[in-house]
Amino acid sequence: MSSQLLYAFAGVALCGIGLFGYIRLDHLLRKLLAFNLMGSGVFLVMVGLAQRGGEPDPVPQALVLTGIVVAIAATALAVVLIRRYYHLSGRTTLAESGPEPKNTPKPEAHPEGAEV
Amino acid sequence: MTLWLMAGLLFTPLAWAVLTLLLDFSKGRVVTWLGILVQVLVSLGLWATVASEGGFHYLLGGWQAPLGIELRVDGLAVTFVLLTALVAAACGWHGGLYLDPGKSWHRYFWPLFWFLWAGLNAVWLGGDLFNLYVGLELISLSAVGLVALGGQAEALRAAIRYLLAALLGSLAYLLGVALVYGQTGSLSLAGVATLVSDGAVSSGPVFPLVLMLLGLALKTALFPMHGWLPPAHGIAKSPVSALLSALVVKASFYIAARLWLELGNELGSYVLAQVIGLLGALAVVWGSWQALLQPKLKQVVAYSSVAQIGYLFLLFPLTWGVAGAVSLQAQQGITLQVISHALAKSAMFLAAGNLILSAGSNKVDALAGVSRFLPFSLFSFGLAGLSLMGLPPTGGFAAKWLLLQASLGSGQWWWIVVLLVGGLLSAGYVFRIYRASFVEDSGTDHFYHPPRSLEVIPMILALLALGLGLVSDSVLSVMALPFDEGGAG
Repeated sequence: MSSQLLYAFAGVALCGIGLFGYIRLDHLLRKLLAFNLMGSGVFLVMVGLAQRGGEPDPVPQALVLTGIVVAIAATALAVVLIRRYYHLSGRTTLAESGPEPKNTPKPEAHPEGAEV
Repeated sequence: MTLWLMAGLLFTPLAWAVLTLLLDFSKGRVVTWLGILVQVLVSLGLWATVASEGGFHYLLGGWQAPLGIELRVDGLAVTFVLLTALVAAACGWHGGLYLDPGKSWHRYFWPLFWFLWAGLNAVWLGGDLFNLYVGLELISLSAVGLVALGGQAEALRAAIRYLLAALLGSLAYLLGVALVYGQTGSLSLAGVATLVSDGAVSSGPVFPLVLMLLGLALKTALFPMHGWLPPAHGIAKSPVSALLSALVVKASFYIAARLWLELGNELGSYVLAQVIGLLGALAVVWGSWQALLQPKLKQVVAYSSVAQIGYLFLLFPLTWGVAGAVSLQAQQGITLQVISHALAKSAMFLAAGNLILSAGSNKVDALAGVSRFLPFSLFSFGLAGLSLMGLPPTGGFAAKWLLLQASLGSGQWWWIVVLLVGGLLSAGYVFRIYRASFVEDSGTDHFYHPPRSLEVIPMILALLALGLGLVSDSVLSVMALPFDEGGAG
């Protein structure tokens, strides 16, 4: 097996693990981590597959850099939303009903924190 | 001249996004309205240029692909750029009057609005797979922010659900892009299509294509992956819902359609095309049925979006393996459907926002008696409804007529059933709102009167949707302009 295929398969495996977590885990932060894992898998496929004849190809490297920036922006947005959601509802999952949250919800605790 | 138009088109939204980030809501509103004026003029100018001189390729900053960004400015793209300018202008105008300046977080409406617009333009004009991804992500992230603008826990839950679905869709698309690049060494959509049709790649990238279509279908809320759409579109502020339903879901569909039209004939198969069409048909029936049952007004409109999006996916079976003339008819029908749905649905959401503002409740039953107080908004709602039902002379009728002919021409008569059933069901949910609003025995006498301009905006959009059917030939002629593929690489 050539090294580029090894990278690609490792990336696909990471994607699979991430997808499993993304669907099966309930806690929102864990979902977010699973998303990041999937993202890393995609980047690995991108860089790994495109090595033509052992020469690294600069184009996917540039793409992955952009992809990382996008992933960071998405992660930051998700963290802000999840944190704000927790402040308002006291929940860490998207379930509409379920066990009562332990912390008492503090509605409108930080109104300006909704969109930072 | 063209250079200036392109610079204005791409630069204004980004510059205005940064500018409005520094201002409070009222100042941001003034600045944004100026920016909207610039954008509308620039879009009109570009549309006129392409209509008279034909499409062209534009290298951003003079950098060559693959490291530079190559934009493809053709008739279809400028039509959508102009559509975006019209709908976004209406939503920005409405939003400035509708949103409460007293809530400090509402000032973030403006930067998010501009980032969304920048992303939309990037997608309409994008010529390579990766920059389409970046545009898609820009759209998704700002759209999620706009949904969260509601501020309550419910709005945040809807926003998080939307974000999770959108991110998964984008990653599936990006993985597809990575595999395509690994196999063909090209990112340009036209370049990949050339390589595939020349047989330069040993086995066509079928799996990546399916993966990309799957991700994009999730982002377009194709049945059964539509679960995130109704909560997000239902709970967002009305101008935001209008933007999301009219434009945002169309962006991912546009990419899927471009992929299919470039690569579908070589890489697709009869089964794949029929399965996608079947899911679209199920979306039409299921979405309309759910719209009939929803207790909340905006949920009705949101489920109607699920149904109307379903029609778009009939593009896939109607363009695969059929004669060129039939395929063209189908493409024209779908384009008209995109435009008329964008106009009608934004009119509907804005009118629904006015009705909710007036009745003070988002329940359909609370509308009882509103017909006497807000006939103008209710009339806009109905006019938009006519287009969704597909009654002549609306844009919706022209679109469905073309789709009908394409179904007959390709011998796939079963899609006609979908078109007819969908039309009947949409008549059902529009009349349901009307019935509720004409009930007179509620005893409610207190209705708030929104400012007149809030009522005028949805009316303009609804009239545009109505008039589209009358001018559809000239709209379609710009889209069908020949495009010089020589610059693609």
